[in-house]
Formats: sequence, structure tokens, C-alpha cells
Amino acid sequence: MINVKNLHKKFGKLHVLKGIDTRIEKGEVVVVIGPSGSGKSTFLRCLNLLEQPSDGEIIFEGINITDKRNDINKQRQKMGMVFQNFNLFPHLTVFENITLGPRKLKGETPEQAEKNAMSLLKRIGLEEKANNYPAQLSGGQKQRIAIVRALAMSPDVMLFDEPTSALDPEMVGEVLEVMKELASEGMTMVVVTHEMGFAREVGTRVLFMDEGKIKEEARPEEIFSNPKHERTREFLSKVL
Amino acid sequence: MDFSFLSDYSYYFLTGTVNTVLIAFLTVIFGVVIGTLLALMKISSNGIFKFIASAYIEFIRGTPILVQALIFFYLIQIPDFKLFGLEMARFIPGVIALSINSGAYVAEIIRAGIQAVDRGQMEASRSLGFTSGQSMRYIIIPQAIKNILPALGNEFIVVIKESSILSVIGIVELMRSADIVKSAIYRPFEPLLVAAVIYFILTFTLSRVLGIAERRMHTGD
Repeated sequence: MINVKNLHKKFGKLHVLKGIDTRIEKGEVVVVIGPSGSGKSTFLRCLNLLEQPSDGEIIFEGINITDKRNDINKQRQKMGMVFQNFNLFPHLTVFENITLGPRKLKGETPEQAEKNAMSLLKRIGLEEKANNYPAQLSGGQKQRIAIVRALAMSPDVMLFDEPTSALDPEMVGEVLEVMKELASEGMTMVVVTHEMGFAREVGTRVLFMDEGKIKEEARPEEIFSNPKHERTREFLSKVL
Repeated sequence: MDFSFLSDYSYYFLTGTVNTVLIAFLTVIFGVVIGTLLALMKISSNGIFKFIASAYIEFIRGTPILVQALIFFYLIQIPDFKLFGLEMARFIPGVIALSINSGAYVAEIIRAGIQAVDRGQMEASRSLGFTSGQSMRYIIIPQAIKNILPALGNEFIVVIKESSILSVIGIVELMRSADIVKSAIYRPFEPLLVAAVIYFILTFTLSRVLGIAERRMHTGD
């Protein structure tokens, strides 16, 4: 579904990604772990071109999205993204946050959009918050709404950029729960996270990144019980 | 001190006040149009637009408004005709000069207001598939307006005061009215004091109204 070839990213002199090659298949839950500064968030943000790669190719559903002539806005509709800081639109209600994209971009009628939004909200148990503004919600609620906002576009893949890092500890669980459910429904997911429990339980593949490269990739049970690379072992011994 | 002249000359002050408010009002409207354009040019990724906007803003802010007003008065030659008792050959260049001046300041207000919106908002909007133009329209501008409006109100107050400069090109606004009365009664102090008090009433009232409006807006958050 996503094919990444020799991806490089430089910020000025800083070489953040030094040649990433990987394929993400439909239905996979790829969890990206690694120390801070390893380039894992940059890698994720390159996948929907929030960061413009300096070199390399990203092929999404057969289209080379790194091609200058390609209109990325079309593919972004198929790639939902969830941010560390939620980034809900504070001037819009929960309901409007969810329905804005489907109405303006997919041409859904207000009735269709409302039906979808309400059923999505029901799934996460927040339908009574539809007319609240983001400022009236807890962090966990905000992040669940942000996930639903991305889902309302019916994406083919969901990208999560440290979705629980800005949350109070007692709210992490409710967000992970929604993500687990999503994974069990077969959603293709790429998740940058420090939640090793989630990686082990839900991930189908774990990428360990360090110094701008994928140092090791394997099934979670393998990487956690028997890491091959010295750096992976060192990192895991610190976080587990 | 003797204010007995007011019974004969209050009409001058009244017309002057009306004209001052009219000039300030028009200036703020045109200033916002010019300022919006400049702000968008300045935050655009096009180098030429950026340069034009920056040069405009720097030049206008770096030269005295008195000079600008006189330049526009001599530059813009239009046949004289009267509208609502105002000489258009003076009024039009005057309002243009003030608007062009105010536009430079408004541009900075709008730019700052837009850039104060969290970067994540643009990213979230783009990640849904909105173009940068759509993101501006649906997400960034509506939030930026909350930052911009209070500062624009202040700009209105500034323009009311600065419009007094237009007296030098003979527009009968409040300052010029005071001048006329001054010459008629051979006393400088009292007419100027009257003008000052009227200016103060205008700006003070406006700043109070703005304060209330701002508080209302924040409770809506």
C-alpha cells in the first residue's frame, strides 16, 4: 500500500532521515519505536508529505506522491493523521470538526455527514459531546475525537504521531483502546509511539529507528524477546 | 477662559467631528482591504509578492504621515466637486493617503494574527486533504480574526487621531475646524481645547466599547 524507497530528509545541515526503505501492506499495524531524535516522527510526517522529503520516493496505492506534478491533496484524503497535540479546530464544535472534511472535500450532504459523524461518535461513546467545543473536553476525549475526525474521511491508512504522549497517564488507556479496536477491524496503521505494550499487543511489525535509519524490523514478539541489533537491545532495556 | 464663542461656532465643531469620524471610518475600511492583501502577500511563498509587501510596509512606516499626505494631495489631481459639503479634490487624496498609511500597519496586525494561530492547525487541516487556500479560509482566518479584531479597534483609534494631519491639506475635519474658529475669534487656546476634548471623547468611548466587545468574544471561547 505504501512503498518507501531510499527516503532522505535534511533540515538545513541536519540529516534526519538517511535512507529509509520499507513497504507497508494493507491491514498491517506498523509500530515505529526508537529514541527521541531518531527521525521516527519525521518519517511518519514524510508519508503524507507534511514534510517534503529531500530525496527518495514514496509510492502510495500505486501513485508516486513525491512526484512534483502530483496533487497530494487527493491522497491525503486517504491518509488519516492523528497528532500528539490533537490539533482539533478550537473554533468549531466537535460535530463540525468531524463533518468539515467530508462535506467540503468529499461532497457529502449534511445528512450523510451527520449520520456518519454521529455513528462514529457513538462508537467512542462521545455522542453527547457533539455540540461541545474542544476546549470543554479532556485530553483523552480530544484525542478520540481527533481519531474520529480522521476516520470520517474513510481513509485507507491511519498515521499516528505519538498519539498518547501529551496525555495524562489515566487517559492513555481510552485512546489506546480506540486504536486497538481500529486495528482489529483491519485498518492499516502506522504508529509512532513509546507505548511498548501497544506495540507488543497490537503491532504486526515493529520498526526500530535510530540515527535516521531503520536499524531493525521484525514481528513484535521477536523484537521484544530476541532483538538482533545491539542498539535495539540497549534501547529496549531502557524502556521495558 | 471664555467659551461663549461656542454658541456661534459649535456648528464648525460638529461638522469637523462628523468629518473626522467619516474619514477614520473610511480609512479603516480601505486600510483593512489593503492590509489584508499585503499580509497575504507577505506570508505567501512567492518571493516577489513578499518583497513588494515588505518594501511597501517598511517605506510607509519609515516616512512621516505628514509627508505622505502632502505627496498624495499634489499627486492626485481630480476636478473639484462637492459631496455632502466636502471638497472632493482634498477629501479623496486625504483618505487615500491615510488608507495607504494605515494599510501598512493593518498588514502587520493581520500577519501577526495569522501567524499566532498554532502551526498544528494548518497541519491538521492539510492532513485532511484541504489545500492551503481552503485551510486559510475554513481554519486559519476564522481563528486569526479573534486575534486581529481587538488590534484593529486600536488602529481605528489611532486613525481618528492621525486624521488631524489632514488639516494641512485643507480638509475641514475637527482639527481644521478648530483652526478656523481660532482665526475667527482671535483666540487660540479655547478652540484647541474643545477639539482635544472632542477627540478624547471619541477615542475614549471607542476604547470602552472595544473593551466590552473583547470581553464578550472571550467568554464565547
